[in-house]
Amino acid sequence: MKHLFVSLLAALAVGIAASAVSAPAAVKYPHRIISLSPTATEDLFAIGAGKQVIAVDNQSDYPKSAPKTSLSGFTPNVEAVVAYHPDLVVISYSPKGFAGALAKAHVRVLLQPFAVTFKDAYAQMLQLGKVTGHLKEATALVARMKARIAKLVAAVPRKALTVYDELSPDYYSATGASIIGEIFKLFGLENIADAAPGAGSSGAVQLSAEYIVSESPDLIVLADTRCCGTSRATVSARPGWNTISAVKKGAIAVIDDSIASRWGPRLVNFVNAVASALRTTQK
Amino acid sequence: MAKAAELPLTDAARADARRLRVHGSSWLWVGGGVAFALAALLTGIVVGPAPIGIGAIVESAASNIPFLGLHSHLSASDSAIVWQLRLPRVVLGLLVGAMLSCAGATYQGVFRNPLVDPYLLGVAAGAGLGATLMIAYAPGQAFNGDLLPLAAFAGGCGAVVITYAIGRSSRGTATLVLAGVTVTAFLTAIQTFVQQQHTDTLQAVYSWILGSLDTAGWHDVLLLLPYAGVSAVVLLLHRRVLDVMTLGDEEATALGLNVGRIRVLLVAAATLGTAGAVAVSGLIGFLGIIVPHFVRLVAGSSYRIVLPLSILVGGGFLAFTDVLARTILSPAELPIGVVTAFFGAPFFAVVLRTARGVGP
Repeated sequence: MKHLFVSLLAALAVGIAASAVSAPAAVKYPHRIISLSPTATEDLFAIGAGKQVIAVDNQSDYPKSAPKTSLSGFTPNVEAVVAYHPDLVVISYSPKGFAGALAKAHVRVLLQPFAVTFKDAYAQMLQLGKVTGHLKEATALVARMKARIAKLVAAVPRKALTVYDELSPDYYSATGASIIGEIFKLFGLENIADAAPGAGSSGAVQLSAEYIVSESPDLIVLADTRCCGTSRATVSARPGWNTISAVKKGAIAVIDDSIASRWGPRLVNFVNAVASALRTTQK
Repeated sequence: MAKAAELPLTDAARADARRLRVHGSSWLWVGGGVAFALAALLTGIVVGPAPIGIGAIVESAASNIPFLGLHSHLSASDSAIVWQLRLPRVVLGLLVGAMLSCAGATYQGVFRNPLVDPYLLGVAAGAGLGATLMIAYAPGQAFNGDLLPLAAFAGGCGAVVITYAIGRSSRGTATLVLAGVTVTAFLTAIQTFVQQQHTDTLQAVYSWILGSLDTAGWHDVLLLLPYAGVSAVVLLLHRRVLDVMTLGDEEATALGLNVGRIRVLLVAAATLGTAGAVAVSGLIGFLGIIVPHFVRLVAGSSYRIVLPLSILVGGGFLAFTDVLARTILSPAELPIGVVTAFFGAPFFAVVLRTARGVGP
């Protein structure tokens, strides 16, 4: 239901954007863009549209050159956004009719919701390229990402291994219904979270320490290092975790939360971290 | 200590306290409660997402007894699962459930209000603020070490102290309750603000607030034990005093009780235990209301039975609930607050429908 609602909104937003772009007059690309989505910020700068961006939200911490402001994408304020006189606002979610309110203020809105697959993530990059006049760069970015990921995956010999991906210190874990899960499938890894009921539709489930220890995964991916100070040392020190295969072999990939929780160009870094950790298990 | 606690009761008060009944034999009830808590303990050790046979667990336990010559056949990981992950989690469930129920019963007696729970005077809001500040400003320390429970504990106790400072009154408890509502609202406002300013830690804060036992270890048990122990002993020693308090302040004073002083002592003891429980497990709701009521319904309304039985039934109930929390969606977990409220709320509704007039 929620998904349906989000995709309806997305379709609406795409419609708004598309109709604006396909106006018959000389194409004028937005040059006062506000991004309230950290992923969109990364995408915009990666496709060379950074110069057209005048403000980004308080969570957009990459790249460093992005014009970070106190604007919130989480509890956005229409007036504060409109005060910048933007000609395009990119959001990843629209709480309480935020997108509609912006539209009423005659501000163009592009909703790019949380991407569950690589396909969606790439489509958003291309869409941003089209809307901002950088379609060529966006197409090149997607091609480059695909090539690098394929190369990284090919470099690791295939072995039947299991993986546990940690999103928080109380064992929330990414399932197959997420981009992270998709990355694990590329490497032929079996994700222990996928055994949980609901893992097929929900992007994350909460596991128990007991289950993780009993499954003894070959690889642990930590995506809660920045939020929660988790590290190889703190994981190894957890009671009973010293019996886990990945802990014994040191096959623990440490990934910045912001990479793991976004669906932007730095997904390549995620793939790279998994590949490096997997090479540890081969030794 | 026992003498001192019994002293304030005059003979008249002692005689009056007997008007509150215990249905049947107290010892039988307590025996039943012990059996229930033990059943929860054993179920908790045996049931879990990792399939480990009962025989192997018993053998592993027996191998610790000298001179039997038994050896554990559990693998290193199974042994870690049973003794380092499952058992402390069950024990913590027993302690937290016992503490919240016992504190809830006490609060209901002290405030002569059946709808009161242990969070009445702001413990939950204060602990929530303490935990949120810790998670937001020192995430590295919050999840690795004792600072998170310490911050929650300090926040919880601090909130109740503020409530007391504002709401102290010689005219009964209404001012105190209102002060509790005020402090709760204020601290929750700050908590929500800090949370909104740090959306990256939202999930961790939310998770903490829902309450859980899933990261429980022996360390948490040791943290809670001294506070829960002191608190439970003090409250149990005042079970007869609580019976007299149900008469109302004036009558209790006439019967020789220093009502104001006893109220401070009981609230302090209940708060200490509650803050300790909340510090290690987050905000687990409903238990503190429904368990004492269940006990009153079945065993009688005298605190001589309500307090000890609340401890046993509350502990057993939370340990059993936690078994459900980790098995219903196994290998995924359900937040325990969801499970306690899901089973607790309908139960409470039934209590309300069928047992009107059963007061504290």
